[in-house]
Amino acid sequence: MVVLSINPLVNPDPGLFIWSAIAFIILLIVLRKMAWAPITEALAERENFIEDSLSKAEAAKQEMASLISENDALLKQTRAERDQILAEARKVKEQMIIDAKEIAQKEGARMIELARVEINNQKAIAMADVKNQVATLSLQIAEKVLRKQFEDQQKQDELVSQLLKEVKL
Amino acid sequence: MDNKRLFTTKFFNVTTVFALFLLFISVNVKATVMQDTLEKAETDTAKAAAHGEKELDISDVILHHIADSHEWHFWGEGAHKVAIPLPVILITKGGVATFLASKHEADEEGKEIFTEKGTELINYEGKYYYPGPKNADGTYFTLDENKIPVNDKPLDMSITKNVLALFISVALLLIIFGTVAKGYRKRVGKAPKGLQAVLEPFIVFVRDDIARPQLGHKYKKFLPYLLTLFFFVWINNLLGLIPIFPGGANLTGNIAVTLMLALGTFILTTVNANTSYWKHVFNTPGVPWWLKLPIPLMPVVEFIGVLARPIALMIRLFANITAGHILILALLSLIVILKAVTVSLFSIPFVIFISLIELLVGFLQAFIFTILSALFIGLAVQDDHH
Repeated sequence: MVVLSINPLVNPDPGLFIWSAIAFIILLIVLRKMAWAPITEALAERENFIEDSLSKAEAAKQEMASLISENDALLKQTRAERDQILAEARKVKEQMIIDAKEIAQKEGARMIELARVEINNQKAIAMADVKNQVATLSLQIAEKVLRKQFEDQQKQDELVSQLLKEVKL
Repeated sequence: MDNKRLFTTKFFNVTTVFALFLLFISVNVKATVMQDTLEKAETDTAKAAAHGEKELDISDVILHHIADSHEWHFWGEGAHKVAIPLPVILITKGGVATFLASKHEADEEGKEIFTEKGTELINYEGKYYYPGPKNADGTYFTLDENKIPVNDKPLDMSITKNVLALFISVALLLIIFGTVAKGYRKRVGKAPKGLQAVLEPFIVFVRDDIARPQLGHKYKKFLPYLLTLFFFVWINNLLGLIPIFPGGANLTGNIAVTLMLALGTFILTTVNANTSYWKHVFNTPGVPWWLKLPIPLMPVVEFIGVLARPIALMIRLFANITAGHILILALLSLIVILKAVTVSLFSIPFVIFISLIELLVGFLQAFIFTILSALFIGLAVQDDHH
């Protein structure tokens, strides 16, 4: 201790050394249990909480964004579907009109055809009737004419002879 | 040695320049002042002895102020003295002797023998010794070449001024951090308030800027020690700057206390050191073999380094705080030395200026002591990178 005893300032006092060691160790043990443990724990907890909250907020933001984009997509899809449905409806309508027209045309044609056939039939019947009538009338006329013609004998003979002349054997 | 982590810390970069600058200035100034004071003390006592005068020895006054004492002195001398006498506890050959310091303070020159617990004792300059043979001048001690009695002395376990200051600071720390801890329990997960809000940045500072960068993922084990160390040194540095009662003791400027703190770091370092640390000390990798064999040059150097670190810690804190106190006292003493009140026009602003610097130094030294402790422990426990 010769070197250290140059000045009382640099000569460590054993009493103070022992007291300070005891005090410091007690301070360390007590503070460790009473203060540092709860403080560091609370600090870590709060930091975790803040970090957690931040990450949660970030997640919520992302979810929001994804929700918005999802909504957009849904809206777009719905719009597209609506457009498609409308287009289809239009097409169906047009088709229906076309079909209806076609059917109407066909039906008309058929009915016209039927009418024509009927008319023809009726015409034929009427013609046949007229022919009969004409024939009957002609016969009656002919009869009357003939009767008149053949009232006189001479004329009959003349005719016969003429006919006979006409007939060439 | 891997010191890189120390310098990669963001905080450290900013502070280093500033800290080193201040350290440079303060150490330079203090060192010269301290040396001057000590030299002056010797010449003054020599002069006084030569002339047989009873002049006021400023150096003695200063050294008396920063040294430990068995009383808490306020003002006045002799019969007008106002001081709190402190209990003396001596573990003597005859048993534990306890008495108030005021009981045996009439003679401090070692000329009167008194008996406590059946053991004869003398008081020389406030310290208790066993009496030796009586000298011609009526004293019972012999001085060595450094003017320190060679007499045997009992183990002095007194509650001295420094011990009392130590207890006060410990009590203060317990109250302060008890309150802070209560704040954390009361306001779980909420923003800090009051004292808790004041001290939280420092706690986080010790954790994030001292413990974590130096110790990595192992910081949790040493954080209580580092926190206690930081706040113990800091509060005692600050208390030392207060000139009146609860403060004024030069605790962190006492080598016994800094020795105890440095020893704490040394023990923690040694106990927790891993094999890689010892390998670095005794068989440093990357060093040519002829530096280790046959003369173990590197191991010796490294081993000296291991011992030098706590010694440097001890001296740094002791010297900085003591020098600060001496500087302030010396500036104030100028008024007395020059025997002119007008000197105070110069002295007082300077004392205020130095006191403000000391406030900063108080924090800085607490920080440096703690970060170096963390660094040394970190060196001992870090994972092997080689």
